[in-house]
Amino acid sequence: MSERRIVVVGASLAGAQAAQTLRRQGFEGVVELIGDEPHPPYNRPPLSKKYLAGETDYDSLRLRSMADPDELNVDLRLGLRATGLDVEAHTLHVAPAEAGAGSGATAEPHTINYDGLIIATGARARRLPGVDLAGVFELRTVDDADAIRAAFDATPSRVVVIGAGFIGAEVAATAREAGLEVTMIEAQDSPLQRVLDRDAGMAIVDLHRGHGVDVRLGVGVASLVGDDRVSGVVLDDGTTIEADVVVVGIGVIPNTEWAEDSGLTIDNGIVCDATCLAGSDVVAVGDVARWDHPRYGLMRVEQWDNAVDQGSYGAKRLLASWAGEAVDPYAPIPSFWSDQFDRKIQLSGMPGEQFEIVQGSLDEQRFVQIYSDAHGAPTGALTWNRPRQSMQARMLLESDADMAEMRDTLGG
Amino acid sequence: MKVTVDFDLCESNAICMAAAPEVFEVRDDDFLYVLNENPGAELHDKVREAAERCPKQAITLED
Repeated sequence: MSERRIVVVGASLAGAQAAQTLRRQGFEGVVELIGDEPHPPYNRPPLSKKYLAGETDYDSLRLRSMADPDELNVDLRLGLRATGLDVEAHTLHVAPAEAGAGSGATAEPHTINYDGLIIATGARARRLPGVDLAGVFELRTVDDADAIRAAFDATPSRVVVIGAGFIGAEVAATAREAGLEVTMIEAQDSPLQRVLDRDAGMAIVDLHRGHGVDVRLGVGVASLVGDDRVSGVVLDDGTTIEADVVVVGIGVIPNTEWAEDSGLTIDNGIVCDATCLAGSDVVAVGDVARWDHPRYGLMRVEQWDNAVDQGSYGAKRLLASWAGEAVDPYAPIPSFWSDQFDRKIQLSGMPGEQFEIVQGSLDEQRFVQIYSDAHGAPTGALTWNRPRQSMQARMLLESDADMAEMRDTLGG
Repeated sequence: MKVTVDFDLCESNAICMAAAPEVFEVRDDDFLYVLNENPGAELHDKVREAAERCPKQAITLED
């Protein structure tokens, strides 16, 4: 048989991890890693924190898994984006990404034949519709972060953050720590209602208010005003907040449009079975993958840990299918963290219907809160400045611990 | 295998502890302790996983 070719489309955390894993697993064929950004693979979490604060540089963001593509014998092709896919024919269509000076910038649109495809095209920041003003940003890429940083450094700099989700709240904290005047607007009456109960959501509000962020809750954005540059944000209640910089953090959209005619099922992500298989010889990993989690059903996870784990898993899954080996379903306990001011907020597992603080208190801004379902079975744990307990919770959830065990170990 | 942690980078996310609790422990003081700087071969896979999963890329392994 001639040499097999595996194409990984998407060169961020999940894609880079998948490419590295293919080599670690002893795959000797061709590995091609395609990314639409001009930059070599890098780590995104610091973009809203230390990188945005200017405390760390691009070199420190570079992903170690793809530090030396030559040594791994991975053909890293930057500045190329996927434009189409034919799963039956095993062909991927690519074209130069519009901006940037990656190695793909001079390439013509072309077709790549593959034996195996790993889809890791991630997600992009959702934009406010109909807004085309300078000074309005989303934060997803290092270029976005550079632009926001430059805007923060320009004076005067009054910052409005739209959306009090994790990205918005982190950007607000970083801007405030840089001494800027910051207003954060949240349409819901407490932040992150999908994953936090109201008290914990309000603890985030208190944290920000305590550091001088003007937090507005329960009010939407009516419009942005300005000539060429943004000068203000008009709220639903008629208030206008003056702004020199607006950062929009209202979630992400999975990058699936390019695969619409591929024959794959697309529904809020690339839909996969429990083993991340999306089609014949195709797996999907990272933010774009919506797979059938044995515990939770169809889900898509936009988290750092998952990108690493699912990237590894997807690579192994593809090789196992060729070797005729069975694989266990992909069934991780999700977990993520967010750093805001001097607080480390971590969530392991899934949201629940009941909430119980078993250690510390909201007032101390240091606590362990266990989530449970309507029957009292634990589903997750939220911790503030309690990293040890966060990981213990993850391990307990993995072993299907009951509430008594959770209280016993985490209550301490 | 020799395990080194750059404590200037480490932020005690404790993800390494979940991957390889035999080697990494974040205690109640919120600091990471390396329990075994020269883990045996049976732990190498877990330790590699811990290093890969560190969001700060603070764990270095030498063979």
